[in-house]
Amino acid sequence: MKKITIPISDEAIRELKVGDSVLLSGVMLTGRDAVHKWMNDTFITKKRQPVGDDLEVFEAIKPILDGGIIYHCGPVVSGVETGDYKFVAAGPTTSIREEPYQALVMEHFNIKGVIGKGGMGAKTLKGCQDTPAVYFHAIGGAASLIAQCVQKVLAVHKLDFGVPEAIWVIDVKDFLVVVTMDSHGGSQHAVVEEKSQKVLDGLIKNS
Amino acid sequence: MQDLTQEILELVRRTSTDLPPDVEAKLRASYADEEDGSAAQGALDTILKNVELARKNSTPICQDTGTPLFYVHYPEGNSTRKIKKMIQDAVVEATRLNYLRPNSVNAITGKNTGDNTGDDHYPTIHFEEVDQDQPLTIELMLKGGGCENVGAQYTLPNTEMGAGRDLAGVRKVVLDAVHQAQGRGCAPGILGVAIGGDRSSSYLASKETLLGEIGEENPNPELNAMEKQITEEANQMGVGPMGFGGKTTVLDTKIKGLHRLPASYFVSVSYMCWAYRRRKMTVKGSEVIYD
Ligand code: SF4
Repeated sequence: MKKITIPISDEAIRELKVGDSVLLSGVMLTGRDAVHKWMNDTFITKKRQPVGDDLEVFEAIKPILDGGIIYHCGPVVSGVETGDYKFVAAGPTTSIREEPYQALVMEHFNIKGVIGKGGMGAKTLKGCQDTPAVYFHAIGGAASLIAQCVQKVLAVHKLDFGVPEAIWVIDVKDFLVVVTMDSHGGSQHAVVEEKSQKVLDGLIKNS
Repeated sequence: MQDLTQEILELVRRTSTDLPPDVEAKLRASYADEEDGSAAQGALDTILKNVELARKNSTPICQDTGTPLFYVHYPEGNSTRKIKKMIQDAVVEATRLNYLRPNSVNAITGKNTGDNTGDDHYPTIHFEEVDQDQPLTIELMLKGGGCENVGAQYTLPNTEMGAGRDLAGVRKVVLDAVHQAQGRGCAPGILGVAIGGDRSSSYLASKETLLGEIGEENPNPELNAMEKQITEEANQMGVGPMGFGGKTTVLDTKIKGLHRLPASYFVSVSYMCWAYRRRKMTVKGSEVIYD
């Protein structure tokens, strides 16, 4: 099994192929629906003006995302009342909801990897080729186990989005993921989708 | 009536952290079925390790602790208002103790209430009255958003799939739902299917079928055969755990027939992820038994 430490170089990304299992270590961010929309509207399409701590947060996350990873995850966190945060359960959330934004966000911040579940579509696959970057599939629902890989919560931004939607800066060790979309246009999701469609057509036609 | 808030809190803790034995056994059998060293088997291995760890540490199996769906059977004379209050209080406390994630978001303002309080439908509580000499039972199912999002409702006939208003048509659309879901509902999943009803009763019944055990026989022989057939055919599609490809896509199928209007023929599919969290408590006098 490959071991990769964040930040990740373009060369290391180009070496990854669909089907590779990888143990990831280093500092990454969580971000899901609210965060992707916020990034897109405020800093990419600039549909809205930065307000409040927007610019401050932007500056704080920029260096972490450069060569880094965004994790689609809405964790259960203890210590929210005291600020002594600890990840209790932290599996991936469904990634396809970020399809409209992902490629833009990846390119804008030079993100090398997206972790989530369920895979993403053609736009993101193209983004993986161009940036370059890969899609890492974590095991959906394996939340207690994944939380154990989180060594430390380093910071939290945008907690007003709610605990699941906030940006959590975490230091992880040996986070097990599988490459299901690579930077060469390979997508396990497209392959499985097509194969299962053929079987379905056969099952439906012959009856 | 006696205060059961603490006992309901324990029900929530068990449901969120301790996967029922029938589900775990089925996942172990699936692990054995998958090819050694495959991504599918790797996914199931991680899933099983996670189930053990969650039970040991009393932490949530999955961080998406879902919509809390309560099914209450109360003896005649009990106050549903009081039971509702106890459930709501237990849910708030369970959130504070991190057995539940704060999951209740106001759809208009986008604000998360932070403690799983919500509106009349959140948490969801179904009440059913039973005879006075029967015990009070509370069942809880936690249904996550990922799998809820891949649920589907069809109206038959469906020309595109050549699905008519009969069981052959039902089979086609249910298989289509499995294909549409791919791995996004955290496959392997369990299918709860209701045929008939109106749009809301149909979905409601499709979820209720998920309260049964895995492998339970359907009393209707025709539906029983179709459940087995759909499970087998769904697995032929090769979506596999997490959509990685593999033999295990669906663990079980449960079907219920309802009455319908002459004009309507709904087929509702509720997809339950492998994190099939449901538990029951029975109150007999001062004794509380957890299944
Ligand atoms: S679908 Fe189920 S296992 Fe997957 S993330 Fe949602 S609740 Fe967890």
